[in-house]
Amino acid sequence: MSLATLLVLADGRFPAGGHAHSGGAEAACKAGRIHDAATLADFCRGRLHTAGVTAAALAAAAALGLDPVELDAAADARTPSPALRAAARRLGRQLMRAARATWPDPGLDALAAAFPRGAHQPVVLGTAARAAGLGALDAAHVAAYESVSGPATATVRLLGLDPFEASGVLARLAPELDGVAAGAAEAALLARTEGPDALPAPSSPLLEIAAQVHADWPVRLFAS
Amino acid sequence: MTPAAPATTPAPPAGLRATARIGAVRDGRGGTALPLLAGEGPLALRRTRDEGAEAGVMLVGAMSAPLGGDHLTVEADAGPGARLAMRSAAATLALPGRGGEPARYDVRLSLAEDAQVRWLPEQLVSVRGSDLRVRTRAELAPTARLMLREEQVLGRTGEAPGTLRARLTVIRGGRPLLDQELSCGPGAPGGWDGPAGIAGHRALGQLLVVDPRFDADPPAARVLGEFAAVTPLAGPAVLVTALAPDALRLRELLDEAARAYGW
Amino acid sequence: MHLDHDVTYPQRHTHSADPHRADGTRRALRIGLGGPVGSGKTATVAALCRALRAELSMAVVTNDIYTREDAEFLLREAVLPPERISAVETGACPHTAIRDDISANLEAVEELEDSVGPLDLILVESGGDNLTATFSRGLVDAQIFVIDVAGGDDIPRKGGPGVTTADLLVVNKTDLAPHVGSDLERMARDAAAQRGELPVAFQSLRGGEGVAPVAAWVRERIAAWVVR
Repeated sequence: MSLATLLVLADGRFPAGGHAHSGGAEAACKAGRIHDAATLADFCRGRLHTAGVTAAALAAAAALGLDPVELDAAADARTPSPALRAAARRLGRQLMRAARATWPDPGLDALAAAFPRGAHQPVVLGTAARAAGLGALDAAHVAAYESVSGPATATVRLLGLDPFEASGVLARLAPELDGVAAGAAEAALLARTEGPDALPAPSSPLLEIAAQVHADWPVRLFAS
Repeated sequence: MTPAAPATTPAPPAGLRATARIGAVRDGRGGTALPLLAGEGPLALRRTRDEGAEAGVMLVGAMSAPLGGDHLTVEADAGPGARLAMRSAAATLALPGRGGEPARYDVRLSLAEDAQVRWLPEQLVSVRGSDLRVRTRAELAPTARLMLREEQVLGRTGEAPGTLRARLTVIRGGRPLLDQELSCGPGAPGGWDGPAGIAGHRALGQLLVVDPRFDADPPAARVLGEFAAVTPLAGPAVLVTALAPDALRLRELLDEAARAYGW
Repeated sequence: MHLDHDVTYPQRHTHSADPHRADGTRRALRIGLGGPVGSGKTATVAALCRALRAELSMAVVTNDIYTREDAEFLLREAVLPPERISAVETGACPHTAIRDDISANLEAVEELEDSVGPLDLILVESGGDNLTATFSRGLVDAQIFVIDVAGGDDIPRKGGPGVTTADLLVVNKTDLAPHVGSDLERMARDAAAQRGELPVAFQSLRGGEGVAPVAAWVRERIAAWVVR
């Protein structure tokens, strides 16, 4: 694997649509649940260990080459909120566009053909990582990092939070991010023999509920 | 016990293992028979009054299990066309064990073609110092209907919660329909009680209704205030998820949802 | 040697500026409209829809700061049927959505072509932004930058990527010039100095020719697109 390739895929400026999604931070800011760096850190930690773990495991499994159709079904089952399923598929489609242009690959073409309306983003992410020559642990790292970098960036824009504080929040989460990625890669190996049921499925009821609340707003800055 | 036994420390007493089994079949006269109704240890079973074609079973907690180290299992198998309702007589208390080891509580539901099961136990209370892993797995034939309620209360009134990990997996026609894991309490990963966790709520629950009729007429997504939502799943099913300050408020919400989507 | 080959350019099938859709048919011409807040982008889009909808199959994508405001203005004004107007969320960064990460806008234009197509023209309106905001060439084929006389007659002199490089610069609300003390001749002179041969249209939607000069420019673009 190439560290530089990993940086390209993980770059927040990789044009895959992530900038318009807050990972639930917009709803949490409006409700007052995120109001400073400390509450942002708590939010990111909670999201990392729920949605982040689930996404990282799916991405790792896709990077290992598990059947993406089965992984997509597993992602659906792990995402009760229809607003979050729609956001995940839209982001998956956007990432697919960027990934196919960046790392042309028959695996990506096949996944795009199987899901013309978009597969779940972590499944596309893992497939893209594979196309780029990256491994399961790399894919898991990117998914885990995206699960917290999105809310952190969004909170800087939404609250005018000091960007240095937001970067500090992410930096202090690094050991936990590494742990989540390692666990996800291990689970993906297990899923290769036992099927996608063996992947972890942690979810946060409040993130699912708040995503539905957010989807009902007539006016919002972020798509999710 | 003599204090002598030198080189090895005695292993803590193995926890209790108990399995309750329920088998429901169509009785051929428009009702449901229960050829298998076998409780064990703290898991005692009583047949209750039928409601039409639906046989009723009450899980009677003969002890306040599970304690740490215990492993309890409930298995219910509904044959083709059978109709079964299962309830529990009281809340289940997860209690600490002597050795600090976790307790396990497994529920396995199996629904054949046209079977109909309502699994509506009372709350699970995670008592301070306890460590419980709950695993609920339901496998449904494509034409089966399931109504399932789960309520978790974190700590008795005014008490800090124990550690609770719960996973709910629903497979329909061999495909995953819902797969969710929840971790709360001192042993849970960071952020569980924060703004992306349960944000200080002490009662949470879900009502799942799987009904093939939703294929043609899926319920609409809708929010029930700031802390509850109705979410149609990617299949003929709806999940109502709610956070509440207490068990009473939670039950009111889920009861209303049961009236709207269940039977 | 034939360089334009699948293996040499394997990314071609996803290249956003490719004039063909995935099924090989020719896609709609995409024109971006950018410019500062309040300069009259949405009003110009509405006027263009009214002027061109009888002769062209059209759709609009809006990039609001707040999701649906511009889209809802267009819906209220009924300039196009609702299924031809789509709004993109921009995560509080409208210029990112039209320049740095155009994926959501590309999704929106393709979805419009799939759902109401075939289309001749898609107008992509940016959220009100600063003078540096321009559209990616991967998203639009041509761009219009809309400023207005009330924003100060020194804007053309100040330049910036929008004023300098847009395919058409529209100086809007010329009817207000006497009231706000803006010197239209000076604006024209400064714009010509900044833009060289690139055209400038002075426009008042409240009288005179209205949107006609801009609509005529769009027609020329369409004619050139069809034979390209």
